[in-house]
Amino acid sequence: MNVMRRASVRTVRQVRRSTGLVDGPDGEVWNIDFTGHNSLTDNMAFKKAAEKPEPLYRVLDAQGECVGEAPDLTEEECRMMNKTMVRQSVMDGILYEAQRQGRISFYMTNYGEEATQIGSVSALKPDDMVYAQYREAGVLLYRGYEINKMIAQCMGTEEDDAKGRQMPIHYGSPEHHYQTISSPLATQLPQAAGAGYTMKLDNVDKVCICYFGDGAASEGDFHPALNFAATLGSRTIFFCRNNGYAISTPAVDQYAGDGIYARGVGYGIRSVRVDGNDIFAVHAATKKARELCIEHNAPVLIEAMTYRGGHHSTSDDSTRYRQKSEVDKWMSGPNPIKRFTRYLEKKNWWSKEDDKQVREETRKEVMAALQRQEKMGFWDPTELITDVFAEPTPALIKQRDEMLAHMRAHPNVYKTA
Amino acid sequence: MLRNVFGKSVTRRHVAQLRKCMTPAEEAELKHGGDNGETMNLFTAVNSALDCAMAADDKVSLFGEDVNFGGVFRCSLGLADKYGKDRVFNTPLSEQGIAGFAIGMAVMGHKPVAEIQFADYIFPAFDQIVNEAAKYRFRSGGQFNCGGITFRSPCGAVGHGGLYHSQSVEAYFAHCAGLKIVVPSTPADAKGLLLACIEDPDPCLFFEPKILYRTAEEKVNRDAFVLPIGKGRMIKEGSDVTVVGWGTLVSENGALTKAVQMAEEAGISCEFIDLRSISPWDQEMVTNSVQKTGRLVVSHEASKTNGFGAEIISTVTAECFLSLEAPPTRVCGLDTPFPLIHEKLWLPNEHKNFDAIKAAVGY
Repeated sequence: MNVMRRASVRTVRQVRRSTGLVDGPDGEVWNIDFTGHNSLTDNMAFKKAAEKPEPLYRVLDAQGECVGEAPDLTEEECRMMNKTMVRQSVMDGILYEAQRQGRISFYMTNYGEEATQIGSVSALKPDDMVYAQYREAGVLLYRGYEINKMIAQCMGTEEDDAKGRQMPIHYGSPEHHYQTISSPLATQLPQAAGAGYTMKLDNVDKVCICYFGDGAASEGDFHPALNFAATLGSRTIFFCRNNGYAISTPAVDQYAGDGIYARGVGYGIRSVRVDGNDIFAVHAATKKARELCIEHNAPVLIEAMTYRGGHHSTSDDSTRYRQKSEVDKWMSGPNPIKRFTRYLEKKNWWSKEDDKQVREETRKEVMAALQRQEKMGFWDPTELITDVFAEPTPALIKQRDEMLAHMRAHPNVYKTA
Repeated sequence: MLRNVFGKSVTRRHVAQLRKCMTPAEEAELKHGGDNGETMNLFTAVNSALDCAMAADDKVSLFGEDVNFGGVFRCSLGLADKYGKDRVFNTPLSEQGIAGFAIGMAVMGHKPVAEIQFADYIFPAFDQIVNEAAKYRFRSGGQFNCGGITFRSPCGAVGHGGLYHSQSVEAYFAHCAGLKIVVPSTPADAKGLLLACIEDPDPCLFFEPKILYRTAEEKVNRDAFVLPIGKGRMIKEGSDVTVVGWGTLVSENGALTKAVQMAEEAGISCEFIDLRSISPWDQEMVTNSVQKTGRLVVSHEASKTNGFGAEIISTVTAECFLSLEAPPTRVCGLDTPFPLIHEKLWLPNEHKNFDAIKAAVGY
């Protein structure tokens, strides 16, 4: 079966065509034909980014008035979206305090970014694959992941499907098509490009959405992710939550160009900038992005401008680098929950009683789950060597047995079952 | 759904049975193919393995820099014509992109073979390989994995490669839990082990000694076959000293092979082992051998300090201490970057290795 005999010498023209560049001139090496006079100029112009930053697409104004075209959503769908945003917010409040009390070791809140999460996931199909960074818990919550499971993961108990292996908030669920979070930033971007590529190969009605922040977008992995997705044709939505801060570093210290939006354009990707605190704008853009991905077998970039209402994490005190007045400004009127609530109340699709009821129910659910998990045991130490490989190697089994013998030799130190 | 290289769906137990120990004669028959064997060098053997894998399973794809036209070492010749540009394609020039993209494909159930053009350039992909691919299954509690991924990359001294076209990088990755690492030394082993890597449910790194692409030649079974990862090849049994290496050094004209020949001519009986797999490595074969001979010489092209020889000797010292008649030694490249002009002096050549064998036996 020696394929060498049948191989043909591939010319540059054939190779170019074979990599399937849709928009480029036929058979050429570059994307422009610089032998034609239309491609030449005698005006030497050094250009930077566009004169003005790209404006934000917006449907609901800061007062919750619909000034654009509302997406085609029912009352039930809108209520579910608002309810999920409220639930996420309530859970965040309790679990942040739980960390302060020493009940969980670490936590990250989602304040101010609820619309980026729920607005986008609500526009996708349930089996569209999600690659996230760490501030997207609302995406999982919307898809039905149990609060009990989230807290089990935060505490690493035996109800944690990830076997207590990771720090809190590193959720993942195959059932909900949400890849397990990993701490290194932006590593998920080229992976999402690959996943989106398989959806084209497999010709399935699916896209991959990839969430990341303004800081992560500076990482090395960001660039090949977009470049590969664009050149190879991945059905991937790159969704940037530009929330203004990477821990203490404001966005003005993160980039000099027109944000992440301009980079998408630079890579030849259909890109849009939206008001990330406007759930309708996020929803509409994501819905359109999904259509574009499948229609063109190409990636789309959404830059959602939003604000990180809380500290970076429980290990951060953001009062050391930003003013309270700034936080208050963003968390009042323009806040996604307040804005959408005002809109829904005007339509009589939401009431103060609904709000109170959702908050109370969520509070009870979170408290019950916390108490349940605090009584829960942990995964057996023998599980330490599982999942390194599909099957443990003899060397790993030997290490496990040495560890168990050590534990048996010191029963006063190690509590065994 | 696991598929073997014959395209048939297999259960994990079936895969384990395929892997059960073959006798050396059985393995030789399988990999050289008898009447079904065809002369191949290392790059045609790699090409043949890729062809078999892609024919059997349409989830197997191959990509990297310059892969589409046939590859800078011709390993992918003809494959784009046969399997199409969606499965055999050029990526833009970014190793970290290649690695991340491949992980994403593997997570979705595909079996991407990601080529890194030279092992010297694998370092931009180090984060994706070590922090992502290696840990994907463990960190998710087994809920997700990217085991379908195989990285393949040319490695090793080539005579004129200098710092950046000669490196052996297995030691950097051997430290990382969750990766399998294979370095073949013959065309038949290359084919069988590459097919094993593609089929393996864990992420695999397959390093191809580039100098062997054209210089190593033998009969190779033209059909698909797998060899076991984690099992060494006993090149020659002996009684006075165990000599262990991998890749170019243990190839037919390799420096360690020559040293063993010189030793045999001087009346020293060497037990000569091609490790083949760095992770997992055949501890049983090596420790059994040293318990018999009492002496060990390990040789690798990579620099001495923290090279994989250190791991082998550490294990042998612990497991075979009472059998040792001489200190286990390693013969390696110097602790410098890989030089151009003095390559022959820098490498563990046959003279250094013969001296080490004599020293072990004469201790």
